[in-house]
Amino acid sequence: MEFTLHVWRQSGPAAPGRFETLSVKDISEHMSFLEMLDLVNERLIAEGKEPIAFDHDCREGICGTCGLMINGVPHGPLGLTTACQLHMRHLKGAKEIWVEPWRARAFPVIKDLVVDRSALDRIIQAGGYISVRTGSAPEANSIPVKKIDADMAMDAAICIGCGACVAACPNGSAMLFTAAKVSHLGLLPQGQPERFDRVLSMVEAHDREGFGNCTNHGACQNACPKGISVDFIARLNRDLVKAALTYKPYEITAV
Amino acid sequence: MELNAKIPSGPIEQRWTKHRFEMKLVSPANKRKYTVIVIGTGLAGASAAATMAELGYNVRVYTYNDSARRAHSIAAQGGINAAKNYQNDGDSVYRLFYDTVKGGDFRSRESNVYRLAELSVNIIDQCVAQGVPFAREYSGLLDNRSFGGAQVSRTFYARGQTGQQLLLGCYQALQKEVAGGNAKVFTRHELLDVVVVDGVARGVVLRDMVSGRIFSDAADAVVLATGGYSNVFFLSTNAKGCNVTATWRAHRRGAGFANPCFTQIHPTCIPPSGEYQSKLTLMSESLRNDGRIWVPKRAGDTRAPGDIPEDERDYYLERLYPAFGNLSPRDISSRRAKEMVDRGHGVGPLRNGVYLDFKDAIARLGREKIRERYGNLFAMYEKITGEDPYEVPMRIYPAPHYTMGGLWVDYNLQTTIPGLFAAGEANFSDHGANRLGASALMQGLADGYFILPLTIGDWLARVKPGANTTDHPAFRDAEREAKARVDALLAVGGKTSVDTFHMRLGRIMWDKCGMSRNAAGLKEALDQVRQLREEFWRDVRVLGSGDTLNQSLEKAGRVADFLEFAELMCYDALARDESCGAHYREEHTTEDGEAKRNDEKFAFVSVWEFRGVGEEPILHKEPLTFEYVPLSTRSYK
Ligand SMILES: Cc1cc2nc3c(=O)[nH]c(=O)nc-3n(C[C@H](O)[C@H](O)[C@H](O)COP(=O)(O)OP(=O)(O)OC[C@H]3O[C@@H](n4cnc5c(N)ncnc54)[C@H](O)[C@@H]3O)c2cc1C
Ligand code: FES
Repeated sequence: MEFTLHVWRQSGPAAPGRFETLSVKDISEHMSFLEMLDLVNERLIAEGKEPIAFDHDCREGICGTCGLMINGVPHGPLGLTTACQLHMRHLKGAKEIWVEPWRARAFPVIKDLVVDRSALDRIIQAGGYISVRTGSAPEANSIPVKKIDADMAMDAAICIGCGACVAACPNGSAMLFTAAKVSHLGLLPQGQPERFDRVLSMVEAHDREGFGNCTNHGACQNACPKGISVDFIARLNRDLVKAALTYKPYEITAV
Repeated sequence: MELNAKIPSGPIEQRWTKHRFEMKLVSPANKRKYTVIVIGTGLAGASAAATMAELGYNVRVYTYNDSARRAHSIAAQGGINAAKNYQNDGDSVYRLFYDTVKGGDFRSRESNVYRLAELSVNIIDQCVAQGVPFAREYSGLLDNRSFGGAQVSRTFYARGQTGQQLLLGCYQALQKEVAGGNAKVFTRHELLDVVVVDGVARGVVLRDMVSGRIFSDAADAVVLATGGYSNVFFLSTNAKGCNVTATWRAHRRGAGFANPCFTQIHPTCIPPSGEYQSKLTLMSESLRNDGRIWVPKRAGDTRAPGDIPEDERDYYLERLYPAFGNLSPRDISSRRAKEMVDRGHGVGPLRNGVYLDFKDAIARLGREKIRERYGNLFAMYEKITGEDPYEVPMRIYPAPHYTMGGLWVDYNLQTTIPGLFAAGEANFSDHGANRLGASALMQGLADGYFILPLTIGDWLARVKPGANTTDHPAFRDAEREAKARVDALLAVGGKTSVDTFHMRLGRIMWDKCGMSRNAAGLKEALDQVRQLREEFWRDVRVLGSGDTLNQSLEKAGRVADFLEFAELMCYDALARDESCGAHYREEHTTEDGEAKRNDEKFAFVSVWEFRGVGEEPILHKEPLTFEYVPLSTRSYK
């Protein structure tokens, strides 16, 4: 394969960025997209030019480290695929390929294609867990969970935290990410005691981090490499309304 | 080097209980005065950090990943073992213990393995309470499957994403502690050295990978939970960032390294498709339940698989191991596949694989059933290779996957350096010469949730809190050395990229210290590794600077360490003049080509002491005794 690669270069968070245009030849269609970038980097190094920085680790679509805007689409055109799983054959015929970092207020660029997604960790810190001390857990089968609930919880829990939903959203919202965690835990009996505290404080953290509001575009669902459904956002909203209207934090009910 | 494994006495079932009673405790009010540094947020590191923070210790965590949620553990697919006996099929703590000792080909410590089996049941309780969405039956109770050739169904799983779900459980527990203030997590930080003063670990030297700042941190105890070193082979199923730096640096500072040559090769991975290949993808072992493995009988047969008639196919595992067939253990299946390819029976465009064929299973069970069982794996295979496994057989080949070797630890998971602990794949652990499927996750979590938080308490109770500060000149020295190394890498100014060196190292190790080894090859490898290391320091090209994010520089540091470590692996493989488990020495085989152990001479853990780069290390031995599981020969015929 042969094409023109336009890739975002930015030397640091405060530096201005720009597209660099490279003409790329001799690419096998069996290469993954990241292997193509590896090869481009090898060629840049041979020419004495600094290679392109991009994030990756597992290269099998599960760690959520890679995240690239490829021709304007998060993770590229294939659907249900992370950038590391995309193979060049899926871009056959493309004469121009544009690669950019995630663009969102809450994800500052660190260098080239690498962004800072620590805001997502801070949303989890606000309540994305079940408080259970190590050692205090009851016997596992003493908490039966309906298969359908367990399956649905898993459908939400498979989020890899890559941030594609944020990058796809015109508002830069991380509501799909937040909803996936709220739903995963809220669907399980173990998650009930903290359910309403959790949704209130995670949404508050979400807003504090500078993510935008969800206005039901649904772009996040299309971009999600794991196919997480926007139905979970509806679920989050129901919990949020319930929490805001009826839920009294422990301190108040205890009076 | 003194090797006191500190194994408690008494009947094996009571050793851990007895030990827990004998350990010293830190009073609740004093806990916050102690600081523990944890390197790594995989299952082992994250579970240890969360639990210790919850107990009240001050915990500072460092990881090279950009979030604690992304460690390599996340990629585990198959599942986690536990002796719950929910299936009423005869499982017990004792059976899991027995299977693990035997599966490890009698090169692990009985007491540790027993404790692991004992704690396995607590792990499942803990994870379920955290909300890990394990697979369930219609009754609402937990489902199990059999895995890796076990005769009982004791594996718990969350679809094909068990590692991910377990890791998210630990990660969330850790984030809760971050919110509560007891734990601090520093992401995009890499450990460059361990600081040891008067023989005791006092802290670490780190590099902030974004700003390039090199600095140190001191604590009352240091935990390395930095995973395995399969990436010494360049191509492996491990995440690209996995490295040996932390354990190697600890080794250089005095920690004994145990059994470095025990590396596991997984039989079912997708073969490389070209020179540019950057990593290998594992296809779950569960595929072997329904797939049949074969190669063309005639070497060099290039016909399409569909054109090769039944009687011209060699279903070699079924032929050689009628009892276990396609489900023969990992080491055996891997070795036989390599043998077929080496003899010219390889398939695919590069003739570097064997077939895993579902035709018969599809005919017997129907497409739908197969889709239900393996749909996601088939889709993944098609994405990567562009071939549809419902129509053409899959091609598979073995790949480096897991490393049983690691830092030597005693029963308390303490290395030979007091104050320095190792957990998870980073220690030499409980798997002997061969790890059974679904037991790495179990070990990482047993170490992190249930063992370390107590054994570290015992250590802390003996030291004065806060006595270690970075004011000690040893910290300045270690920082200076780390900086000098970074500068040296940038200053070489050669012509060859880091990846090129890494690939060449991988080639040497795979050919001579991989799936099968012999003395002549290992000696050659020692020479070649030394030469390559010299060439690296003469000719590597690392562009950019040290004071920004510089991925070539990070890689260069890791590859430089692999180039030192590789030599130790070869020394170990050479010294272990027997075959056992995954360590297959061609000189020691039975008549029909199986591994031949030598218990009289080699029933010990090899523990190596560092003497200097390029110098022959010193071998120490921890003898192994088998009181409960009688020494016997594995047979899968
Ligand atoms: C594809 C695949 C599938 C697997 N499937 C299974 C399975 O089904 N069942 C099973 O039991 N096992 C499985 N395993 C094995 C298992 O996943 C691993 O052995 C286990 O997860 C290791 O966990 P860990 O916590 O020890 O280390 P890791 O998860 O490797 O974590 C290492 C941590 O250390 C950090 N780190 C490393 N070096 C440094 C450094 N120098 N500085 C700072 N931080 C550092 C990393 O950032 C990371 O956080 C599988 C392995 C692979 C590759
Ligand atoms: S690198 Fe892990 S998901 Fe792409």
